[in-house]
Amino acid sequence: MAEQDWGTNKRAFAAVSLPTLFWVVAFFLVPMAIVWLYSFGENRGLTDIDISGTLDNYKRATEWLYVTIFAKSFAVAALVTLICLIVGFPVAMAITFASEKWRPWLLLGIMLPFWTNLLIRTYALMMLLGTQGFANKGLGLLWGGASWVKTLVGLEPLPTWEPVELLFNNFAVVFGLVYVHLPFMVLPLYAALDRLDRSLIEASLDLGAGHFRTIMRIVVPLAAPGIVAGVMITLIPALGAYLTPDLMGGTDSQMIANVIERQFKKANDWPFGAALSFLLIYAMFILIALQSLRRKVPEVR
Amino acid sequence: MTNAPKPIIQIRNVSKRFGKVTAVDDVNLDILTGEFFVLLGPSGCGKTTLLRMIAGFELPTEGQILIDGQDMAGIAPNKRPVNMVFQSYAVFPHMSVADNVGYGLKIAGVKGGEAKDRVAEALELVKLGGYEARMPDQMSGGQRQRVALARSLVMRPKVLLLDEPLSALDAKLRAQMQFELSDLQDQVGITFVTVTHDQDEALSMASRIAVINKGDVAQLATPSDLYEYPANRFVADFVGSVNIFEGKLTLDEPDRAAVDCPGLGKVYLNHGVTGPHGADVWVALRPEKIYLHVPGEGKAVRAAALDAPEDHNFARGCIKGMSYLGDITLYEILLDSGAMLRVSRPNLSRHDQEDFTWDDRVSMHWRADSPVVLLG
Repeated sequence: MAEQDWGTNKRAFAAVSLPTLFWVVAFFLVPMAIVWLYSFGENRGLTDIDISGTLDNYKRATEWLYVTIFAKSFAVAALVTLICLIVGFPVAMAITFASEKWRPWLLLGIMLPFWTNLLIRTYALMMLLGTQGFANKGLGLLWGGASWVKTLVGLEPLPTWEPVELLFNNFAVVFGLVYVHLPFMVLPLYAALDRLDRSLIEASLDLGAGHFRTIMRIVVPLAAPGIVAGVMITLIPALGAYLTPDLMGGTDSQMIANVIERQFKKANDWPFGAALSFLLIYAMFILIALQSLRRKVPEVR
Repeated sequence: MTNAPKPIIQIRNVSKRFGKVTAVDDVNLDILTGEFFVLLGPSGCGKTTLLRMIAGFELPTEGQILIDGQDMAGIAPNKRPVNMVFQSYAVFPHMSVADNVGYGLKIAGVKGGEAKDRVAEALELVKLGGYEARMPDQMSGGQRQRVALARSLVMRPKVLLLDEPLSALDAKLRAQMQFELSDLQDQVGITFVTVTHDQDEALSMASRIAVINKGDVAQLATPSDLYEYPANRFVADFVGSVNIFEGKLTLDEPDRAAVDCPGLGKVYLNHGVTGPHGADVWVALRPEKIYLHVPGEGKAVRAAALDAPEDHNFARGCIKGMSYLGDITLYEILLDSGAMLRVSRPNLSRHDQEDFTWDDRVSMHWRADSPVVLLG
């Protein structure tokens, strides 16, 4: 069985990888390099940027206003990731332990939202959460019902229903981001749990542990690689989220991506926008570096 | 009656069905206190399902399982007085050896000093003293299995369940562990219930063996009874190697019987078989119980087998296949009747395997107490 060795067959290797390589260089690395250069430049006119090597843009990014926005973006992304983890772990476990017949359908259910455009998903969520949205209408009905029951037993009716502000605030941003990012968390968790040797769980039960203790002491530690992977691929896009805070957030819920957008458009300050972009990228680099430093969980097979 | 050992596990009319598939079919078994009990059968025969029902990982569709007189219905695996050694060992990869072995004790609320002593004692028992701080990925398969054993034994269960405990070990280690498991069972006095598909393993370790076929107990016997007195064709064929021939019962008296086999010839037995005259029966003859010699020679050999009437327990043929296994040589012989017969011959001296070779004409004899007549 002579297997094709791409390493030795250099021409075939080149033929296959050149288009991809070209794509990455021309449409990713070069534009990124340009943005990186801009971050060391200053505005001369409306469209004229002089790459003078100044560090002023980075200095400006350390101003209190921007530091707080960076911090807030991190806090929101971390909260979103935490909620995704808490919600996603039981979901991933349910899929793992579902019967053969159900598993593909449950996985499909998790992936189905991906097939809809993010913008449409976001607007759908806004319809749900608006003051005239389904959530408020439902709550209003319940309120009315409770009021009616109170009058039945001869009590004062409840005051008129005031819709709850579910949209255009920080709650809406977190809610929307969790909704969008949950599949990113569930899929790696599922992959990790699916690989778990079931007899480890049975051994724990056999040794007298209950289900909760088995999950905390055996399942969670052994799913750690999946948890780390899920956290990374949830945290990073949540950190750079733009659309959800833009559409669903209020005046105080802008995240760093919204600030960057403003620099490139309204403020027309490309060098500063570039500097902020790269600060965000560096932060993500640090996260990824931290992940690769963690102790590897030994695998026994 | 009072001296008879008490059954520690009673399996009463237990069936297990997965959808339309019946894995275990109305099984009744009593496993006695202090026994080394083996469930032996081919893969897919339901033996593992039976073990998992005792552990509580599967629930019987019908029937009842009692452990130490207590009905196990509705009792979760973590509340049962049994522990299991898994086929994959299921040693927790993220815990040290000491943490693995101490896992159950911690849950049971056994504290500091006592827990530490018991872990050390259990590790000593499986000859892993001093390995407390090791991680499982730094250990060999055999060592990990010892960790799994210690982890179960430290709980002092009433019954230790072992699922194919030796299947993942290499041949040498397996033979050694067979002895060690038997010794260990002697030492701790706990009832062992082992599942295996390996007849050598079963014969060497068990005090009693239940052969399982298609979800049912085909025979329950001691290892030597199982081998020498198989109850049916399945057991005769599954345990050890055997030649089976169809025949008709021509003589059946309390102290002798004869079967006429078209394939093997006339077979004489020095005991009765209690079957109807003229009935269709099967004769099972083990390869090592057949004497092989050059036609017309080997008078001493023939004399040994001459407890049968003339023309009985005798066959001629031609060697068609031969495999030298070191301790024995295995011959495939085409009988003059056209049937094939397997004969094994111990290599008592260094050149015994050269006595016979391909296409040699040979004669065969066997003693009147060697064949087994099977009715089913």
